[in-house]
Amino acid sequence: MIEVKNVHKAFGDRMVLNDISFVFETGKTNLVIGESGSGKTTMLKIMVGLHTPDQGDVLYDGRSFTSSSEKEKQQVRKEIGMLFQGGALFDSLTLEQNVAFPLDMFTEMSKSEKEDRVNFCLKKVNLEGRNKLFPSELSGGMKKRAALARAISNEPKYLFCDEPNSGLDPRTSLVIDALIKQVTEDLGMTTVVITHDMNSVMEIGENIMFLYKGNMWWQGSKKEILTTDNQEILDFVYASEFLKQLKPRKH
Amino acid sequence: MLFNIGRYFILLKRVFGKPEKFSVYYKQILYEIDSLGIGSLGLIAIISVFMGGVITIQSAYNFTSPFIPLYAVGLGTRESIVLEFSPTIISLILAGKVGSNIASEIGTMRISEQIDALEIMGINSAGYLILPKIVAAMFINPFLIVISMFLGVLGGYLMGVASGACSSYEYIFGIQSFFVPFNIYYSLTKTVVFAFIITSVAAYQGYYTTGGALEVGKASTRSVVYNSILILIANLVITQLMLVG
Repeated sequence: MIEVKNVHKAFGDRMVLNDISFVFETGKTNLVIGESGSGKTTMLKIMVGLHTPDQGDVLYDGRSFTSSSEKEKQQVRKEIGMLFQGGALFDSLTLEQNVAFPLDMFTEMSKSEKEDRVNFCLKKVNLEGRNKLFPSELSGGMKKRAALARAISNEPKYLFCDEPNSGLDPRTSLVIDALIKQVTEDLGMTTVVITHDMNSVMEIGENIMFLYKGNMWWQGSKKEILTTDNQEILDFVYASEFLKQLKPRKH
Repeated sequence: MLFNIGRYFILLKRVFGKPEKFSVYYKQILYEIDSLGIGSLGLIAIISVFMGGVITIQSAYNFTSPFIPLYAVGLGTRESIVLEFSPTIISLILAGKVGSNIASEIGTMRISEQIDALEIMGINSAGYLILPKIVAAMFINPFLIVISMFLGVLGGYLMGVASGACSSYEYIFGIQSFFVPFNIYYSLTKTVVFAFIITSVAAYQGYYTTGGALEVGKASTRSVVYNSILILIANLVITQLMLVG
């Protein structure tokens, strides 16, 4: 479980996050949704320690992260896997070297154990047999899947995904969503997905937090999001003309 | 400027932090020795041979007095190459080749979130990316410079004899005359200091890149400019300290 408590963050005079509190539950796919510029990515960066909040704290299973020492932070980070928007695969390494990287750094596994783990992770994301390819030889969807394989290779307790569907076609997006949901359930992780993709919300949104202009505006599940009467979230969900036509009418 | 100096030393403190796993760093150092050092050998060899030849011809052209023996051509060529050309000029060339390479490599890793990925994994990204480059350059550059010295003197011999600027005997006698072993020590000391400057300044420029491809290009250019200036300043200081002071 990851708990965000009263987090504030401003860049200069601009308030980006205003008193955000939320609980990301274990074994569930937790979504942070909102329009571009609503503070989603800042929130994610605070949670993983790339930004420091002006006020508030982030707790990983009760362990304070924000106020901990650099050494303690590194310990928590070893339990984190992250899928970046662009994949962030290491260009100079092959797919298997990328996936094995956390294992090389933090485990004493033998070569064969590492090979088994790499093959397991690549199979999990449907990339078996592509071990020797470099990131430059992969398509956008394959890069995302490879990055997911790297993120889960060291069996993290917490998985973060930053806009996992950006730049992907709808079919590939569904594959990525299904993979995220599957690995979350299989490995019992606490998964946090940052997205503004409504397909993802409806596919994998078990515990949703809606950010609006830096404020925690709404929370609920994918079922509740369709029945809410919160105007800001309705504007977000039914943004396109096509979806407006599908909007259930109140009698 | 003070901000950058302060941030540079803070980065260095992180670079020299305890490595997560020595075996991984060791592999990285070997990789960087090959990439930064062996990869530069061809360029250094070509430049050294030609520059050695030019120094010899220019020396012979200027030594017109009958009171200056022709073996002074070999002697002058050796001293020019050992004292200045190989350690300083080759380091300036490496600042261009290796420095811009490091700045653009690390800068690209920064803007494509690869450095963030390392940090989130719990890895000291500064240590992992920069320390192996510094260690590799400080280790391999002295070898490159010794090879450059040898090839420079050889180039001088070939061009000197081929052009008739001096005879084979005079040149070989010249390069053996008045040899001061301390000069080699002085040159290699300079080389090690320059290697540290080249890698650390270039890495600093790349590590704090923000923006996109344009900024990576600018970081690469800044790395070459600052490296060149710092090498020239360090050259002056070390020369004053070791040869005069």
